[in-house]
Amino acid sequence: MTDTPSSTPPPAVLERMYEVMRTVTVADERARAEAKAGRMPAAFYPVRGLEGVCAALGAALSAEDQLVSTYRNLGDTVAKGVPLRGIIAELHGRVSGTSKGKAGTMHMHHDPSGLMATTGIVGSGLPIAAGLALGAQLDGAQPGAPRRAVAVTFGDGATSIGAYHEAMNLAALWRLPLVFVCQNNGWAEHTPLAAYAPSTDLAARATAYNMTARAVDGFDPMETWRVLADALDRARNGEGPTFVECRTYRLVGHTSSADYSYMPKAALEAALARDPGPTFRAWLVSSGHLTESRLDEIDKAVDAEVDDAFEFAQSEPKPEPGDIYDDVFADRTWVEGR
Amino acid sequence: MSVLADTEMTMVLAMNSALDMALASDPKVLLLGEDIADPSGGVFKVTKGLSTTHGAARVRDTPIAEQSILGAAIGAALAGYRPVAEVMFFDFLTVAMDQIVNHAAKFRYLSGGQHPVPLTVRTVVGNSRFGAQHSQSLEAWFMHTPGIKVAFPSTPSDAKGLLASCIFDDDPCLFIEHVALHYSQKEPVPDGDHRVPLGQAAIRRAGDDVTVISYGAQMPGVLAAAETLAGEGISAEVIDLRTLVPLDFPTVLASVARTRRAVVVHGATRFAGPGAEIAATITEELFEDLAQPVVRLGARYVPTPFLASGLEPLPVADDVVAAVRRLAGS
Repeated sequence: MTDTPSSTPPPAVLERMYEVMRTVTVADERARAEAKAGRMPAAFYPVRGLEGVCAALGAALSAEDQLVSTYRNLGDTVAKGVPLRGIIAELHGRVSGTSKGKAGTMHMHHDPSGLMATTGIVGSGLPIAAGLALGAQLDGAQPGAPRRAVAVTFGDGATSIGAYHEAMNLAALWRLPLVFVCQNNGWAEHTPLAAYAPSTDLAARATAYNMTARAVDGFDPMETWRVLADALDRARNGEGPTFVECRTYRLVGHTSSADYSYMPKAALEAALARDPGPTFRAWLVSSGHLTESRLDEIDKAVDAEVDDAFEFAQSEPKPEPGDIYDDVFADRTWVEGR
Repeated sequence: MSVLADTEMTMVLAMNSALDMALASDPKVLLLGEDIADPSGGVFKVTKGLSTTHGAARVRDTPIAEQSILGAAIGAALAGYRPVAEVMFFDFLTVAMDQIVNHAAKFRYLSGGQHPVPLTVRTVVGNSRFGAQHSQSLEAWFMHTPGIKVAFPSTPSDAKGLLASCIFDDDPCLFIEHVALHYSQKEPVPDGDHRVPLGQAAIRRAGDDVTVISYGAQMPGVLAAAETLAGEGISAEVIDLRTLVPLDFPTVLASVARTRRAVVVHGATRFAGPGAEIAATITEELFEDLAQPVVRLGARYVPTPFLASGLEPLPVADDVVAAVRRLAGS
């Protein structure tokens, strides 16, 4: 990990990044365990391996910036500041969930945090993020208005679908304040990148849209933070979109229950040896940014917060039967009984 | 206080007037679509002059890329705008179904009410001069998708009023035009902010013997049929639904309860078409009152044949006359 004093975040931000990574790792493990035990009857998509990318993005985004994510969203939502209790309650279908329990793991929305949408359809978040960025561009053109940027996350698998190409083209054409954050974990569900794309250099492909593109080591939170912070700054300054390919590796299966024995052992072991959470922790200590005892305190607080979120979620009520008709339209009169 | 007058308008001009009014009255209204900016002004000229008046930033030409047109419109709606996306032909919505069905229609529900999507999609049913991929009437697909409203006007005045209501509605709306109605009628259309509420059918002709329920491009044929039938002493009540979601069942049921006979007419495929839902509801609610089973007239179960072939897949005025005669004779 590189450490340039002029471009390293202040200690409070480093602490926050570590806290996010730790929260995501622990909550991810707990969610898989709860799903397996039958206490959380939900399809859950693990984020192990993406912790550094999510934490870096969360630190680079301002509170006003907006984010669109995917079904594999636990890291993005935590990093954007969505309250953990709300996230975990939604995973359990409880009324205190971010969407009142009716949307589930794939569908996170949290307006106060700027987490505008996540989608269960691969690639579909990109055109929507382009629209949010159009809104940001039009708002920012008003005299004296603050500038905000939009980021959209997606896996490498999304780079094959039409919506991706349409959104990349539109964003470059309109010079939208949008950062495309490709969380390249090497796998489209159960198929490796090289088996579904003849051109595996995703950043190089992105330059064909006449767009700035960068590739970063997604297991290096500092490098990822620098590149994303720069891309978001450029977006806010009206310099157009950037494609950032964050090269990572999926450390577990596609879903919480999926077999992943097909993943090559050597590659998985090499990736696990660079597991971003422990690696970042060791670097924080060795570089003198944070002490072991401070990190132990954070660990303890995070573990307690995750325990609390799961206990809270499992003790909260589910929606009432009549709630099923809420939020189809603004007015539920016509909806009832249809 | 301004005194509003009426101006004679075609449906195209009436819709242009609604869009112009919306752009002028709300800075958050935004238009997106292929070729909609001047000098083109839209392939059907509905948006003519609007980019010149309101600026190319708010009346935006897009690439030929319906997924990104719809996706960008949804995103802009989440950002607080009221986008109106034009999709040149109804058939082209099929390449953007994911954005409308999985996202626009569901975001209010999936966000627990946090994210309404005040989006209007304007689209056009073509005629069979263009063949089978530019002439489909797919409104039933969207009636079948909870979370999106569906309007299909038959007159210039309704086109203006329904379009304005769609734009300022806080839910996503699909606004369907038919190319055959774009220039076929001219009528006085109220100036200014004219609105027709969504979910309110219009009784176009009062009658006692039978209720004919229709909307959109079939309305002129249905009204002509009613005139023919009147000459034969058969009094048909004609209901123009105007919107299919919400669907004004109270007006339909009140009429059929009186006439005891009903015919539903539409340009969508008859099989599993809107008429099936309407006929089933009438039957459920008024089974004891009905003198005859409800009759459905819709497009035949075929891809639209090319116009020049002379083959007619749609119900025409004569079909309506024949159906009503059969019912009235019983």
